[in-house]
Amino acid sequence: MALALQTFSTVKDANAALKAAGTRYLGGGTLVVRAANEGDVSVSGLIRSTEPALSAIIVSGGKVRIGASLTMAAIARHPDLSSLAHAARAVGGPAIRNMATVGGNLFAPAPYGDFTVALLALDSTISTDDGEVPIETFLAKREDNHAIVTAVGFGLPVDGGFRFLKVSRVKPKGVSVLSIAAVLEQAPDGTVSSARIALGCMADRPMRAKAAEKALLGRKLTSDGIAPALAVASDGTSPITDPIATAWYRNEVLPVHLGRLLLA
Amino acid sequence: MAKIPVQFTLNGAEKAEFIDGGTTLLNALRDKIGDTSPKGGCHQGTCGACSVIIDGELRLSCLTLAETCNGAAITTTSGLSQDGVLHPLQRAFLDAFATQCGFCTPGMIMAAKVLLDHTPDPSRDDVVEALSGNVCRCTGYEPIIQAVLTAARSNSQNAA
Ligand SMILES: Cc1cc2nc3c(=O)[nH]c(=O)nc-3n(C[C@H](O)[C@H](O)[C@H](O)COP(=O)(O)OP(=O)(O)OC[C@H]3O[C@@H](n4cnc5c(N)ncnc54)[C@H](O)[C@@H]3O)c2cc1C
Ligand code: FES
Ligand code: FES
Repeated sequence: MALALQTFSTVKDANAALKAAGTRYLGGGTLVVRAANEGDVSVSGLIRSTEPALSAIIVSGGKVRIGASLTMAAIARHPDLSSLAHAARAVGGPAIRNMATVGGNLFAPAPYGDFTVALLALDSTISTDDGEVPIETFLAKREDNHAIVTAVGFGLPVDGGFRFLKVSRVKPKGVSVLSIAAVLEQAPDGTVSSARIALGCMADRPMRAKAAEKALLGRKLTSDGIAPALAVASDGTSPITDPIATAWYRNEVLPVHLGRLLLA
Repeated sequence: MAKIPVQFTLNGAEKAEFIDGGTTLLNALRDKIGDTSPKGGCHQGTCGACSVIIDGELRLSCLTLAETCNGAAITTTSGLSQDGVLHPLQRAFLDAFATQCGFCTPGMIMAAKVLLDHTPDPSRDDVVEALSGNVCRCTGYEPIIQAVLTAARSNSQNAA
């Protein structure tokens, strides 16, 4: 079926065009064009915007703003975002990374959405022309979102404060068994003073491991110190089952990988 | 539905075509322009057989709409040989038996070319990473990795 693509120079005009039935925004197209190739006829029109702000990365005063059209490859090679480069490189192979955008990753269903797991741990805000919302609010209702995401924003983590791990079976690149991102702060005595941990593939979209976060507070990052957090790592999870792993398996291995990430 | 004009350079030559809306670059290249070097393996982004180079970057032509390539410079494997002389990567693939059925070969060569364009002296890990989005069901990959490393060495000898 023919797909009509409309390109607008402003987000405002593109948002207006997206009100028509059967239209979807086109990011890098790695999911939406794939769906069309697979015969998904629910999309009859694609809309995109070339507004320059969508392709800008601004890093200033410890704050980062990444335009929604930026690709994983562009993030991975940005000198000021080196602490996030391995999370961006975790997405697909080289060609996918040259196409896959941040905006699209926010909508990617599990087992995809690895970079969004990082954004969730970083306590990002999601911007549209209607304003900014916290990433958790955005993810909970992403099916209802009809506005173009223009950017994601977050505070740059302190050196070594951001940790990311993607577990896959195919090396060097493969779909996630699960992915984990953590932003940890430690007091001078080494105890954890704040923790945000996000999980991928442990639900239909990235989620926080709130029980584990709480259990880490005041604890040291040693085998004994993290044991209570690992014991509750799977609280509230509802992992996907796919050809890579069953939900049961994902729950079984989550504490093992979370432990490795925390002790790394 | 009205046809849509697209215009880009393909291996250095200007191309202009009228296509249906939503036509992928892969289908435009193969069915309209007649460059059958990019292969359609999966049309899902998973095999890499359709890989081409767009403005210096490796892309999957099966997931790229042709209309988004207006004004772009596109390279495919069919544009690599010069005056009947194979490109060092093509020569190395032949010599190392890195091609059996050949279906993955043009995509592998595109991925390898982008690697060598940016990293003329790659490590084995660099090669494995660069080819990680390309699937081969015949060779077991090792001959392909060796071919890319050999091509890199022959490039640097020629440059010396
Ligand atoms: C072979 C293959 C391997 C992959 N591997 C991974 C992987 O390892 N990890 C991973 O996380 N993902 C992976 N993906 C999935 C996908 O490539 C990424 O999630 C990518 O970031 C999606 O972005 P996109 O720009 O291509 O999205 P698109 O396909 O352009 O869009 C996806 C959805 O998001 C919507 N959308 C896109 N941008 C916006 C915006 N700015 N505002 C509002 N809506 C928007 C679109 O309308 C559409 O509904 C893979 C995909 C393939 C084909
Ligand atoms: S045909 Fe494009 S990746 Fe398989
Ligand atoms: S040579 Fe047959 S798929 Fe690679």
